[in-house]
Amino acid sequence: MELAFVIEKFVLVTIVFVISLVVAMYSTLAERKVAGFMQDRFGPDRAGPFGILQPLCDGGKFFFKEEIIPAGAHKPLFILGPTIAIITACIGSAVIPWGQSLTIGDRIIELQVTDINVGVLYIFGVVALGVYGIMLGGWASNNKFSLMGAVRAASQSISYELAMGLSLIALLMVTQSLSLREIVAQQSGFVNWNIWVQPLGFLIFLVCAFAECNRVPFDLPECETELIGGYNVEYSSMKLGLYMFSEYINMFVSSALMSALYFGGYNFPFMYDLGLSQNWITIIGVIVFFVKIFAFIFFFMWIRWTLPRFRYDQLMNLGWKMLIPLAIANIVLTGVITIIKDTFF
Amino acid sequence: MQSLSNRKKVLEQKPMNFWERIYLPAIFQGLSITIKHFFKRIPTVRYPEVKRPYSKNFRGQHSLKRDEQGRERCTACGLCALSCPAEAISMISAERQKGEEHLYREEKYAAVYEINMLRCIFCGLCEEACPKEAIYLDGEHVTADYLRKDFIYGKDKLVEPRFDFVKEGETTT
Repeated sequence: MELAFVIEKFVLVTIVFVISLVVAMYSTLAERKVAGFMQDRFGPDRAGPFGILQPLCDGGKFFFKEEIIPAGAHKPLFILGPTIAIITACIGSAVIPWGQSLTIGDRIIELQVTDINVGVLYIFGVVALGVYGIMLGGWASNNKFSLMGAVRAASQSISYELAMGLSLIALLMVTQSLSLREIVAQQSGFVNWNIWVQPLGFLIFLVCAFAECNRVPFDLPECETELIGGYNVEYSSMKLGLYMFSEYINMFVSSALMSALYFGGYNFPFMYDLGLSQNWITIIGVIVFFVKIFAFIFFFMWIRWTLPRFRYDQLMNLGWKMLIPLAIANIVLTGVITIIKDTFF
Repeated sequence: MQSLSNRKKVLEQKPMNFWERIYLPAIFQGLSITIKHFFKRIPTVRYPEVKRPYSKNFRGQHSLKRDEQGRERCTACGLCALSCPAEAISMISAERQKGEEHLYREEKYAAVYEINMLRCIFCGLCEEACPKEAIYLDGEHVTADYLRKDFIYGKDKLVEPRFDFVKEGETTT
């Protein structure tokens, strides 16, 4: 029993890990493809049919590049930077419920690595740690531009984590639970999705997710035009690759988180009305969940190739003067509506 | 100042109204533009597989033409060199000897005919100047090379190959 449990979890962890790596890998290709199509061109299509071997070529290239550690750099921290970035990006996916349970023989396998009862907090902690990778890397490279990028990353993620947390508080007031499995289970069907009760909260969360992932229009830590690449200027070879990879894994995890929190996760309309067995519902649910995630990833890219970057003061204005008051108003509004609903209906 | 063309537009910088300040409508507008482009037909020509034809009046590498009997038309009059604004053409003329009537059409011919492709601007004036219809810019691109001396094209590269022509004595159908 105990051994079977360990094996089950081990397999699950491995699968989740591999999936997030593969998704991140192909996000790089998808990004370039989406960019291409939005700019009326094809994007990379030479390596393999439709360019599907492109990520492998890029990865291979990264491995064979010369690895340079600048003479003035703080060597241990310089190495620690990308390590932390990739680790925090990868462990975030541990609490995301990928589906309901599969029944194989007499074993019930929950498709979630672990269901801790403070799942949302856990994710928050991990996301907050992610900025350390960027900060350490930026500081340890001993370069003005990368330090500037690191400083920007730190202040940006602090500013936007506040608004993100506040928008989540309103959501948690509705769900009454911090466990992601519980939150997703509450949203069965279509009308119970949290987006219908928390549209403003979702909008704030979405904007903050962009900022947390350092994606355009909030990619100030790595803006090419001002900081010639930002915190990763001095990085080369696979260390740079890890930074980029962690950005894409972050994107994947936050897409998964958004679809789990607001768009019903693995739930799909009429899931119990079609007369399917539990296993089939689970399998379709997993597919539906991934469709939602990919839709979000596409949205991330769509935004990237549409909007220009914010200026730094605009970023801070938006974060502190608009999103945080909005999020607080959202909390108040949610509280009032909840009380009215409880008292009169 | 008064506008003379009546096309002057005065740019007014008004403070943003509420909808402009919350960014969202503008963002959706932008998103709709990019998604339209996402589904647009892509004008890319996939080059090595698909080659775009040259336009009819494309001016490429020069070729020195031959007449119907395969004789070089050029008579080394030097009008092309004279008309060339880039001074890319140079030649040395020679007199046609007895027994060379099947090689050169006129009594005088160009023994050396060189075009410096680095100087040439492919304007086509040599083509217009030629009284004998001997030079045309109807070839392909002039390709890149490593050494400057390799860009000076001599008769070996410029004169049309002979094998296109019917042999002497044979009649065309």
